Amino acid sequence: MTPETARLRLKTWICTLIVVFSNPFGDYFLKRGLPDSAHLSTPLEYIAALFQPFVALGVLLLIVWQLSRMALLSWADLSYVLPVTSVGYVVVALIGKVLLHETITDRRWAGIVLIMAGVALVSGSAPSTVPRPAEPAGGSR
Amino acid sequence: MIWALVALMVGATTAGEVLQAAGMRRHGEIRDFRPGAIGRALAAMARNRFVIAGVAAMAISFFALMKLLSMTDLSFAVPVSAVTYVMETVLAKYLLKERVSGLRWVGAALVICGVTLVSL
Repeated sequence: MTPETARLRLKTWICTLIVVFSNPFGDYFLKRGLPDSAHLSTPLEYIAALFQPFVALGVLLLIVWQLSRMALLSWADLSYVLPVTSVGYVVVALIGKVLLHETITDRRWAGIVLIMAGVALVSGSAPSTVPRPAEPAGGSR
Repeated sequence: MIWALVALMVGATTAGEVLQAAGMRRHGEIRDFRPGAIGRALAAMARNRFVIAGVAAMAISFFALMKLLSMTDLSFAVPVSAVTYVMETVLAKYLLKERVSGLRWVGAALVICGVTLVSL
């Protein structure tokens, strides 16, 4: 492995971890802050809902998720990012088990194994197959 | 009503993510993660037409998700979004011209099957 490949691999791993954890925790807090009784019909009610503490925390995590995902897409293909970040679905299932005490059925375990197998296959390949410009002046080390 | 929201969310998510990927590819690899450099990168992204259109589509998708979450369970709302995987992988090949190798197709297929099983 060349230093360049190793550098890209480490960067991809760190960024993927942030993407994978910020999204399900963001969704989880959004759901916690929005009970079924929440009344959402006028635009103002959507905006007001954003200021509930759990909704705000959820939104903050979803902003982190979007920015880290955009950073990842700056050097990796969409067809690489999509399967690799799907580990998020495994995290959702584990959040359900640990935080909400849901049971994970055999079918869900089978799904988790398939997702992990797919991720393992794709993550071994090179992240990018298309030419990309160097970052604009001032941005590179 | 629920399925109309799902369709809106899936369509907006697919459009948003493909536009985002196109925009970030044009931006180029982010290498410097110091605060100043990240600020400059954000400023460049804010002027990137693909990123702007992507964010607009993602905002539509986000409010559709919020409305959906107020009507259904998280375990329904999140997994239905797996449909976007199929559409986005196909668009990545034909629109973004990525070289989707056999390995990536097999991996994507496994992930789609897995996500379906997890969400049933």
